[in-house]
Parts: sequence; structure tokens; C-alpha cells
Amino acid sequence: MRLTVNGTEHQVVAPALTTLLHVLREELFVTSPKAGCQQGGCGACTVLVDGQPRRSCLLPVGAVEGAQVTTVEGLGAPDDLSGVQAAFHEHYAAQCGFCTSGFVMATQALVERGDGDIEREEVIEALGGHLCRCTGYVKIVDAVTAAVRGDTSPQDASADTDPQGDDAVTLLPGSPA
Amino acid sequence: MGVVEAPEVIVAASREEAVSAFGDGSDVTVVAGGTIVMPEITHGRLRPRKALLIGRAGLSGVRSEGGRTTVGATTSVADLQDAVEPLGTCARGLADLEIRGQATLGGNLCAPPGAESPRGDLQAALLVLDAQVRSTGAGGERTEPVEDFLAAGPAGRLVLDVELADPDAGASASVRRPHAHTYTIMRVCAARVGGELRVAVSGAGPIAVRSRAVEGAVAGGADSAAAAERVLDDVTPHDDALASSWYRSRTLPVLVRRALDDLR
Repeated sequence: MRLTVNGTEHQVVAPALTTLLHVLREELFVTSPKAGCQQGGCGACTVLVDGQPRRSCLLPVGAVEGAQVTTVEGLGAPDDLSGVQAAFHEHYAAQCGFCTSGFVMATQALVERGDGDIEREEVIEALGGHLCRCTGYVKIVDAVTAAVRGDTSPQDASADTDPQGDDAVTLLPGSPA
Repeated sequence: MGVVEAPEVIVAASREEAVSAFGDGSDVTVVAGGTIVMPEITHGRLRPRKALLIGRAGLSGVRSEGGRTTVGATTSVADLQDAVEPLGTCARGLADLEIRGQATLGGNLCAPPGAESPRGDLQAALLVLDAQVRSTGAGGERTEPVEDFLAAGPAGRLVLDVELADPDAGASASVRRPHAHTYTIMRVCAARVGGELRVAVSGAGPIAVRSRAVEGAVAGGADSAAAAERVLDDVTPHDDALASSWYRSRTLPVLVRRALDDLR
């Protein structure tokens, strides 16, 4: 079956009841969505399906044939961060990073919904389905509030630490990520 | 966790295909939003022989006509957040933003009782809104009051749509955990439909139930507090991970009183 991920069309071979999460991670090597609770409660698997935030661990891939899936890999690059990624970077909103992908995609959906004048309480309510074990949430809420309000400077932010310098090797040949 | 094989998976592209593929429902696992069924499948607790995916079968949508509202079975809970009260409040209070976008009315109606926590958050609202459930299965299509559907159980039935009354007034009161993972521990819904009072409780047993004892007490002239005490005639609260039977029994009359007061 066909599935478009971050603008690239793929032919998926997994059976229809396999979760979208498993297909993304294990078949397509798009590894930003994480397998946390694997029952829809933690939010770490959240991706956008046709622009809507969805728990990929709850979606049989057969139910999303032909859909446009967006993950963190489709938002920006270390040297070209999207507004949401820049906000998370500026506000230091990640520690271990396991929940971050889910939070970023949920935030992207909020930004696209266009509620520019959002209140902090509304942000907390909107993020209610995402768990973080490291940060205590405060900086995540700071980052999301800033992102939705458009208070970020992506052009000034870069997460490109380039540890391997000019000899950087592509770690996953052929990965669409 | 991994690749899930099933001998047969049908992705229904129309209502007719869904009805035909469901047949009499024997050995068919229906997947709508997947929020309840998919964890059972991916964790190996449920191994469907035939899975029927109905999310794209044209069974979504809300239509109002002549004082009644028809809601398609795969209408998302998110799309019910502005529905008539108390259904709107129940929908807004369900789980979280992403789950509301994926969970469906039909799935909530057919939810089996959860081992750790109550499910079927919308059932009490449907009870007080005089919901009529249209379903197909053995014997073909039939429409029945939601109370009868809940009592018989969803096995062998594919819900197609639910028709609700537009009430004169609707109210609800609930006990919820705040902020993240807002489980509604227990909820009382009340509505006046065509002049008749209806009161229902969810989260105090495996399915939501109507409390005719409370309704009768109010009709007999009792005030909210006195009528509310009668709810335990109809409901025997259970223990689970969220609350004990003792706590539920103490809290439930308070919720009933609040819902009745809000309705006046």
C-alpha cells in the first residue's frame, strides 16, 4: 500500500493491522516517533496524519493508506530549524529527548491551527496527552507557548553541533530521515 | 510488538461494504478509531481472524433534523465537543486532544469495561438524551433505545449511527483527575427531554445506567439532596485502580445533587 511520509511516497509491505508506528520505525527507518507505552497514553508516538495529530501506535497502517504523514524529520534540519524546533532549542525543552518528538508534533499541529493568542493554561490542556519523565514540563510549556505565539527566531537558532566535522558520515544510508 | 498478521483485513470503503463484510458479526473484530482495540491487538491479547476497518466507510457526520440529531458511528469525539449538552461536556472531558481526534462515538458506546479504569465516558450522556442506536448484525438492521443496546452488549452488532433528542436542558457533574490524563472517574448526566427528567451515571459499574429511583424521587417532589440519595438504589459502585467502591458511594449522591441543581 502507498503511504507518503514527509513528502516522499513509499510502498509499504507490512500487513494492514501493523501499527503506523511500527511501519515508520521498522520498515521505513523514520525513527523520531517513539514506542513509549504502546497503548496511546504517553504521546511519544504522536505524528501528523493529513495535518492532524494522531497516536501512531493506535493506527493500523491499513487505515491510513494514501495519507500524508509528517514527522519531526519533515519539519526542519539541524541547521535549518522550524519555528517549533527553534522554540524547543531556545527554551531548553528537552533532556533525554524521548518525549520530545511527540511534543514537537503536537506543537506543530497547534501552530498550524493558528491560535496565536494562546494562554498558558490552554497549552497545558492541549498537551495533556504527553508525558515527560525528565523535565518537569515547565520549559516544554514555555517553548510551546512561545512557538504558538510566534515568539521564536528560527533564523538565529541552530542545533547543528556537527560533532564529526567535515568527515561526517551518513549513519543510515538511504534513510529518508 | 511488531508485524501483526490477520487472516483477513477489510478496509470498508462504504456503508454497504461495512454492513456486508460484518454479516452477523461472528469472528469479526471491528476497528474504528482503534483507541481501545489496537492495544489489545498489538500486545497479542486479541488475535483477530477477520478485522474490519470502518474509519473510511462514510459512517461519520452529525446531522440535525426535526428536533433530533443523528451522529454517525465513526464520528470522532473531537467533533462532538460542541454537541448538545451534556454530550458536549462529556466529549470535551474525554482523554486528551489526540485521543479525542481518533476515538469514535460508536467505539465508546461499545467499549468493554476497562480492567483499570472506566470506559464509555459518553454513555451516560446518550442515556439522558434518549439515544436510539441503529445497528446491523444477525437479523439485519434494527434501532433500539441505547439502554437496551448497552444491556444486551455490543457483540454481534455493528453500530451505524445514534440518534439523539435535543433536550430542553442538559447538565452534568463529574469527578475527574486534573490536568494530564484526565480520566473521568465518575460522571452524572441529567437532562429534561420533552418535559421528562432523565438521570444517568457512568463510571460506577461496567456500563452506564439510568437512575429511575432518582427520577422518581424528583417527580414525587423530593428536593435535589433527598432525590440524590436514592441513586444508590440503582447503582452499586465498584473498586478499581482510580477509586474505591467506598469513595464512589460517598461521592455519587453529591454529583447527582449538583447535576440536578444545575438543571433547574
